[in-house]
Amino acid sequence: MSRQNRRNFQPLKALEKERTGISGFDEITRGGLPKGRPTLVCGSAGAGKTLFAMEFLVRGVTLFNEPGVFISFEESDVELATNVASLGFDLNQLIADKKLILDFVFIERSEIEETGEYDLEALFLRLGYAIDSIGAKRVVLDTLEALFSALPSEAIVRAELRRLFRWLKEKGVTAVITGERGEGKLTRYGLEEYVADCVILLDNRVQNQLSTRRMRIVKYRGTSHGTNEYPFFIDDKGFSVLPITSLGLSHKAPTEYVSTGINRLDTMLNGRGFYKGSSILVSGTAGTGKSTLAAHFINAACTRGERALFFAFEESQDQIIRNMRSVGIDLEKFVKKGLLQFQNARPSAWGLEIHLALIHKTIEEFNPAVVVVDPITNFLAVGDQVDTKAMLTRLIDFLKMKEITGFFSSLTSAQSEIEDSEVGVSSLMDAWLLVRTIESNGERNRGLYILKARGIAHSNQVREFLLTEHGIELIDAYIGADGVLMGSARSGQLALERATERERHQATARKQRELQRKQELYEAQLRALQNQYETERDAILMELEEEQKRLKEAAAQRVEIARLRKADTSGTRIDENGARKARKGAAR
Amino acid sequence: MKQIATRKSRRPATSNGRLSQAASDAANRWNLRLYVAGQTPRSLTAFRNLKDICEEYLKGQYHIEVIDLMENPTLARGDQILAVPTLVRKLPQPIRKIIGDLSNTERVLVGLDIQPR
Repeated sequence: MSRQNRRNFQPLKALEKERTGISGFDEITRGGLPKGRPTLVCGSAGAGKTLFAMEFLVRGVTLFNEPGVFISFEESDVELATNVASLGFDLNQLIADKKLILDFVFIERSEIEETGEYDLEALFLRLGYAIDSIGAKRVVLDTLEALFSALPSEAIVRAELRRLFRWLKEKGVTAVITGERGEGKLTRYGLEEYVADCVILLDNRVQNQLSTRRMRIVKYRGTSHGTNEYPFFIDDKGFSVLPITSLGLSHKAPTEYVSTGINRLDTMLNGRGFYKGSSILVSGTAGTGKSTLAAHFINAACTRGERALFFAFEESQDQIIRNMRSVGIDLEKFVKKGLLQFQNARPSAWGLEIHLALIHKTIEEFNPAVVVVDPITNFLAVGDQVDTKAMLTRLIDFLKMKEITGFFSSLTSAQSEIEDSEVGVSSLMDAWLLVRTIESNGERNRGLYILKARGIAHSNQVREFLLTEHGIELIDAYIGADGVLMGSARSGQLALERATERERHQATARKQRELQRKQELYEAQLRALQNQYETERDAILMELEEEQKRLKEAAAQRVEIARLRKADTSGTRIDENGARKARKGAAR
Repeated sequence: MKQIATRKSRRPATSNGRLSQAASDAANRWNLRLYVAGQTPRSLTAFRNLKDICEEYLKGQYHIEVIDLMENPTLARGDQILAVPTLVRKLPQPIRKIIGDLSNTERVLVGLDIQPR
């Protein structure tokens, strides 16, 4: 039978996992620790091994009702209980409820003399008894390496450890074994060679005087797992691992819009604002109104009744509220209503990872619709650009997954390229507003551009923006032959333009009046000529009539003369006719 | 062995098994407790070795208590027993622990702080 066939006959059963209940850890391991098998947790001193192990047990009891046994080789049970009490774990109560057994195994090398062969059956018996007496499902051995220093014969210890791990597997308990980090090895005594299933490495690194805890799954046999280093932190609620690096680009893209809080800016963004769940970058030099834009955005969100979270890394809550009041935005009422929460901290207070972790945690707790981080550039004080970018990428991924709209401000230093986002995150952002001061004619004016807005048809024009006591007002900047003008230059230019306009108006009116006058003039002249013509015509006609009269009278005169001279020529008849005619005319 | 252990744990083991007040006081000088886990050959060897050493060096001054952790696993906690067999010298103080089957007599004597004659 071929191997392939055999595999087909016996379908592989996926490795069963035991959820630890440790925040974030089950995500990066995709389910928790291997069930019924031992896991090695190693790390240098103070890395949090004991705490991890303890939380594994306590969560097991409180979340999954799985009793646990803690065998400690280093700290007494009293010490342990006291140490973890600060994390809100009440071990004594769990012990009283028979859900937890703490067993302190103390070996003092100086008290021990080795004579001949022995084995560690007593340890097995102690452990076995503890497991059976409360039906434990989880076991912690912290830290087994104490055996190496306590017992002289390493060979016996090694043989017994191998037996112990086999025995633990047979018992079917999910075990966590801690081990001290060794030089060039995971553990000082090479415990990793016994624990083949799952090895977790805890690390606490100090960079720029800031320590950051990190966790890595070195191996996890038979399952896929995140392989990155995951930051984690320990606070008053215990362990928190940040699984955010494991997020991919699989988030949904909401189609709803959120207003920017400034009408004119919404208009520039296709009339609706930004997409919900998008990430918005506002960059600009100092004093360009980035925080005020953020305040507008928050104001709009809270007015809609949504929750907003403001991470301020430069100003205190009071200061922001006071300053925003001066531009007519009352944030205090939203704080009182519980819609707005401030998280103020200096970036240098913690390392980047812890900042991220805290942001993460606060978001989880507050569940906001809008998050403002003002400004992201301050993180450069605690990490280099690569780290900061990585951190912001994870933050953005996280926000996107939760469909939270993120509003980030970025301070551009005066000497750097204005479209440089400093942290180099502009490519991560869905929308990028640039506010810049434009200096000309001895004054600084604020201009706002939309450099990009993915998926939104946006205005490509610069707007001048004013900080008034009613908030931000956007005004069309003057764009003319002389370039973009703002501030007093703009109003000067506008005045000039108005004057020119007026002049042109007046000139036109003048021309029209002139035309009118000309028309009237010519019409008058026409009338005068007409009159003259008529007068002259009458005169000519009269003259003509006179002339005719005179001709008639002359003809009549001639007829009369002829009659008087007794002319008898044919011409006389003609003359008689003529005379007759003349008489007729005279009679008329 | 089990029977022996039970008996030994109740009564001081003296060379002739005779009980007297003086013997009892003397027997309490050396209060030894042997932890074993079941009647394994190693347990038996350890007990035999211990018995031999006591008879030779501490005759009449010792008391051996054998505790089988298979039967009483909770008792391992009190004396912080990990390895078996473990011999605990309860008296005289301070407490000393000797692990192993006690086959190396010299080491046992050093461990118990007994000056060889």
